[in-house]
Amino acid sequence: MFSAIKLQLWRGDQHVLRGLCFTVAAGRCLQLTGVNGSGKSSLLRALCGLLPLEAGAVVWRGADTAADRHAFHAELAWLGHGTALKGDLTAAENLRYSAGLRRTLSGAEIDGALATVGFANADQRLARQMSAGQQRRVALARVLLLECPLWLLDEPTANLDSRGQEMFNQMLDAHLQRGGLAIVATHQALALPAQRLQELELS
Amino acid sequence: MNWVWFHKLGSPPHFYRLAGKMLPWFAWPALLLCVGGTYGGLVLAPADYQQGDGFRILYVHAPAAWLSVMVYSAMAVYAAVGLIWRINVAHALAASCAAIGASFTVVALVTGSLWGRPMWGTYWEWDPRLTSELVLLFLYLGYMGLRSAIDDTARADRASAVLAIVGAVNVPIIHYSVTWWNSLHQAPSVMKFGKPTMPASMLIPLLMMLLGFTLYFVAIMLVRARGEVLRRERNAHWIAAAAEET
Amino acid sequence: MSAPEPVSALKAGSMLVRRDLRLALRRPGEWLQPLVFFLVVTTLFPLATNPELSRLRDMAPAALWVAALLSSLLALELLFREDGQDGTLEQLAVSGLPLAWLLLAKTCVHWLLTGLPLVLVAPLAATALGAPYASIPGVLAALLLGSVALSLIGAVGAGLTLGLRRGGVLLALLVLPLAVPVLIFGARATALAIALEPMAAPMYLLAAIAVLSATLAPLAAAAAVRISLE
Repeated sequence: MFSAIKLQLWRGDQHVLRGLCFTVAAGRCLQLTGVNGSGKSSLLRALCGLLPLEAGAVVWRGADTAADRHAFHAELAWLGHGTALKGDLTAAENLRYSAGLRRTLSGAEIDGALATVGFANADQRLARQMSAGQQRRVALARVLLLECPLWLLDEPTANLDSRGQEMFNQMLDAHLQRGGLAIVATHQALALPAQRLQELELS
Repeated sequence: MNWVWFHKLGSPPHFYRLAGKMLPWFAWPALLLCVGGTYGGLVLAPADYQQGDGFRILYVHAPAAWLSVMVYSAMAVYAAVGLIWRINVAHALAASCAAIGASFTVVALVTGSLWGRPMWGTYWEWDPRLTSELVLLFLYLGYMGLRSAIDDTARADRASAVLAIVGAVNVPIIHYSVTWWNSLHQAPSVMKFGKPTMPASMLIPLLMMLLGFTLYFVAIMLVRARGEVLRRERNAHWIAAAAEET
Repeated sequence: MSAPEPVSALKAGSMLVRRDLRLALRRPGEWLQPLVFFLVVTTLFPLATNPELSRLRDMAPAALWVAALLSSLLALELLFREDGQDGTLEQLAVSGLPLAWLLLAKTCVHWLLTGLPLVLVAPLAATALGAPYASIPGVLAALLLGSVALSLIGAVGAGLTLGLRRGGVLLALLVLPLAVPVLIFGARATALAIALEPMAAPMYLLAAIAVLSATLAPLAAAAAVRISLE
């Protein structure tokens, strides 16, 4: 359902991607590994459309994403390095105004998502008062609320404790079982059954 | 229509060689025309009946002013081509144009100011043409400033391309607004000539200088663009082969 | 599995507006600073010259507009910088919604919080510079249109200089030449208003620039933001 065909990418003088190809089918997760600076973030951003590719195509549901970016983005949930949380809003407000930009949400759905990621919604603290791990959890709750079939996640478990990582594994597994796809850049071991997991190491 | 030549032109080694071959065809005629035009303008053309010999600075001022605007348009067109068709050579050309255009603008301003001294009695008057040239200089400086502030060449290319296009849309608006503003406050500029038409002996050197300056611009642009292409492609294989050729 | 029904662009825009307003209300001090700056700069003019009101009246259009221009340049820092840093702009860019429309929504809120207060405070400054009371509606109208155009043009500059260190001065260098027509027509309209003469001609031109900016600037700003996010 998602393929990358002969991707070529330069960052400044560095030739980061040299003719990379891969395919991810529905219900499967592609894990990107590689040392720091190997280009995992650049690859993810290029797949998203944030970085322009020098050559190659990214194909989603049989169509080139460059041809209709809006349709592709409508089905994409992206989590980058920045959590995209506004420091002066509470967790619920953050979700209401970010995921709520793309989907009609009810208060109950927001509460449900926060509960799933293990964030106590009674916590009315503003985002800038939260720890980095808690902010990550709220960002993951946003990914859940968007209900998109494709997840592109860059280091989703950064700053999460072991309970948080377990929560993420469960979240990812549930998403894949619903027929979704994910491409995740992480050093963490993803506890997924072997038939759902592909690995790609960048060097 | 066969667009192969267009895309071939976008290939850096091809452009580098082609520019190198074309260079003498622009440089020598430019030199001849400028020398001829200067001689014609300074020696052969009769003195203007109103301004005497002072008008002769027109032979540098008018071509410089004309080119300062033309170079900006060229820069915006190259930038647009580079942005739309993703051609690196076009961005290199746009980058090469900026300093040349800014220099022409400075020359136009300085010569305009020098011309003003015998005509108006002061070195500066807020004449609409000079004021437009000044704002154009600021546009050039902004473009060059933006380019130098962004480290990544590709991002600098694209950002300055957007700026060049936005500026190009604005240049006519700015020019119109400055002319409008000036007409409210001052008599029309003394930059015009006393007669409605110029005699051939005055006009021909002017046209020669105009053409000479234009060819000079193209020649210098090609030199700079070749250097720019070399700098961008410094890690590519074709550089070594090209170095052996020359 | 397919995505649920997306939200319409209009509704998304209004959500963005509500979010930005809510955020601004939690940090009102930040948004008052450009306003104070405007008043300070208009105060500088009489201090720098003869404070006799009849003399100041001649200088009033220039002082008001230069102060408004500089104040709106400072305020542009508040438009995209924080959203660019925390990743919000990135999310907007991959939201599947038209980025130009979303940035227009953000610029509207920004104008409501920086441009509009400036326009409302301008009568005080204008009167202090010797403008007659009857001229105030005209002064307000000119600054209203001008501040809208300045916010929109400034958004393009803010998009281009996003994330650049010392981007503030570069932003000024980029935006000021583009703002020259707004300055010329706006100051002329204000001068006519203060002289209690008909000011229709420059107002029409100012309105034309405002409308042109409203249609083209969001597109240019969206292109600039996408390039800055690379």
